[in-house]
Amino acid sequence: MSEQLNVPTMAELMAAGKTPDILFWVGSAGSYDDRAKKITKAFVKILNKAGVNFGVLGTEESATGDLAKRAGNEFLFQMQAMMNIEVLNMYEVKRIVTCDPHAFNCLKNEYPGLGGTYEVMHHTQFIKQLIDSNKLDIKESDYKGKQITFHDPCYLGRANSEYNAPREVLGSLNANLVEMKRHKATALCCGAGGGQMFKEPEKGDKDINELRTEDALKTNPDIIATACPYCMTMMSDGVKVKEKEAQIKVMDIAELIASSQNL
Amino acid sequence: MNYLPNIIFAIALIVGLGYFAKNVKKLVRNIKLGQDVDVSDNKSQRWKNMANIALGQSKLVKRPVSGFLHVVVYVGFIIINIEVLEIIIDGLFGTHRIFSSVLPEAVYGFLIGTFEVLALLVLVAVIIFWIRRNIIKLARFWKPEMKGWPKSDGNIILYFEMVLMTLFLVMNATDLHFQDMNSGNIISQYIAPLFSGMAEGTVHFIERAAWWLHILGILTFLNYLYFSKHLHILLAFPNTFYGRVNNKGELNNLASVTKEVKMMMDPDADPFAAAPEGAEDEVPEKFGASDVQDLSWVQLLNAYTCTECGRCTSECPANLTGKKLSPRKIMMDTRDRLEEVGKNIDANNGEFKEDGKQLLGDYITNEEIWACTSCNACVEACPVSIDPLSIIIEMRRYLVMEKSDAPTELNNMMTNIENNGAPWPYNQQDRLNWKNE
Repeated sequence: MSEQLNVPTMAELMAAGKTPDILFWVGSAGSYDDRAKKITKAFVKILNKAGVNFGVLGTEESATGDLAKRAGNEFLFQMQAMMNIEVLNMYEVKRIVTCDPHAFNCLKNEYPGLGGTYEVMHHTQFIKQLIDSNKLDIKESDYKGKQITFHDPCYLGRANSEYNAPREVLGSLNANLVEMKRHKATALCCGAGGGQMFKEPEKGDKDINELRTEDALKTNPDIIATACPYCMTMMSDGVKVKEKEAQIKVMDIAELIASSQNL
Repeated sequence: MNYLPNIIFAIALIVGLGYFAKNVKKLVRNIKLGQDVDVSDNKSQRWKNMANIALGQSKLVKRPVSGFLHVVVYVGFIIINIEVLEIIIDGLFGTHRIFSSVLPEAVYGFLIGTFEVLALLVLVAVIIFWIRRNIIKLARFWKPEMKGWPKSDGNIILYFEMVLMTLFLVMNATDLHFQDMNSGNIISQYIAPLFSGMAEGTVHFIERAAWWLHILGILTFLNYLYFSKHLHILLAFPNTFYGRVNNKGELNNLASVTKEVKMMMDPDADPFAAAPEGAEDEVPEKFGASDVQDLSWVQLLNAYTCTECGRCTSECPANLTGKKLSPRKIMMDTRDRLEEVGKNIDANNGEFKEDGKQLLGDYITNEEIWACTSCNACVEACPVSIDPLSIIIEMRRYLVMEKSDAPTELNNMMTNIENNGAPWPYNQQDRLNWKNE
């Protein structure tokens, strides 16, 4: 563990009479999943480095309810949403950024109908803004010339038509970006969406993450870049199944940026 | 006696159009069996969608080969209809090529010449379509749901179009007067020599036969639409207009649930209070959908619009990895069940009589519903704005909220969310532990 992360909670900030510019919605995966926690920390390092005035809800955060909604449990979703909205509105949150495209989609598109309207950004969009406004200066990076292929998360790409931000951020690394045959609007799902992350897949010929990993392997990548904690799990598992974990790394875009800055 | 052909023609026309109108009425009634949904928003976006997607075929050309061929057939179909207008006037009033005497010869020649070229192009395109289906056997036309009627329906349409185009060209080739004009017979001039050895009367007879078969064929084809996937040529327009306009990731928030949740969370709410006047109508009979009447009328319109092209299924990650889910089958099942319900209503004097069946279970299995990753690939792939995912989600809602019938692992996940505010069994107090790890 290097230096201490600066992660103020909304409660602490409020007690000190401060209001942050943005709320970082960590999400359940980002809080509890060991692999996803690394993405969370990488993103916080970026926020700290760029001097972003942010806060997290900490123990006041709860699941968005997105998973329940997609599994068909509209009751549970709306209860989660209304509780979260109460907290968010109490802190007068205006802008939210999150590393989880599912939370991003849910907060952005489904919360407004229940009384929670915020400007919601995905972390790749936010990092792109930091780079564009020179708050984050990416010069030489270890990834120069490395072969990187980006796997579009369904809920950032197809669901919300954001294909450019992650690619532009990756572009700043001077890496060699290669597209899989199925990409952007036709990208194949990692297999975790709609609640599949939490259950065994139905009977079939193979698992979806295997097929998607095959798509990625065809580009001969050094790194498979992801932008979603669930995609991270699925692609990492896929690479393991294909016994390629020694040669190919699966990394979130936040991790790539943070490590390129030696954060 | 001279009027006999005109009378026969008029009767054929009335019968053909009348039967079609009757079926359109039934179609509208069936679609209206669905739940009402507000589509008055985003007017300009809706018009744009219809112009781009249906009229402009913007999504079809994403697959260049079938897209290009489809555009040929589509343009051919629309433009050749001008010729049908001439046929109808001729048929009703006993004239012959009425437009040739109204329009300047050069204009008429140009028009007919265009039709002939298009007819040939359509013929070629349709033959390639047939080869793709039956000889190359493209995978998406050979899925389990494409057996029986869906398979023959696809081919019947192609045969119809082959015959209609051939009849049109033969009709022109055997029209001696038209060939003498030598204007606009761009294609038919090469077919005409086939008939040059025949007696004039025979050639005239062939011309009349081709003319009659052509128009009767068109009327038959028109009435075939209702029973066929080919209905998309009409419904693609309203369907793209009423199709989704918001972000694909956005699922609707059930208003009925909102009301209940708000009451549950309101500490001042009196659970024993009498329901306000008229409130009863607002409580839905059930949450989610198990049968076609529970779906919205837009979803039912979707089902009638589906042309079973399978672009959705060929992009579906579950289907690509051998699972039972096929978004196309979801749409076909919905239409089949809706037709069944419609027939039930017709047979029972306008009332639906319980038949012990429903869409979920008798047509669509739970296994299909639970295999979906909600990735929206099917929605993206559909060339006419059909949304199979919305039907899958409605059925999940029914299974979870009415039947408590989700896979065990998902139930565990949901219990965790309910108890700990996370899909994993971790304490909410540990949410910030990552900070110091």
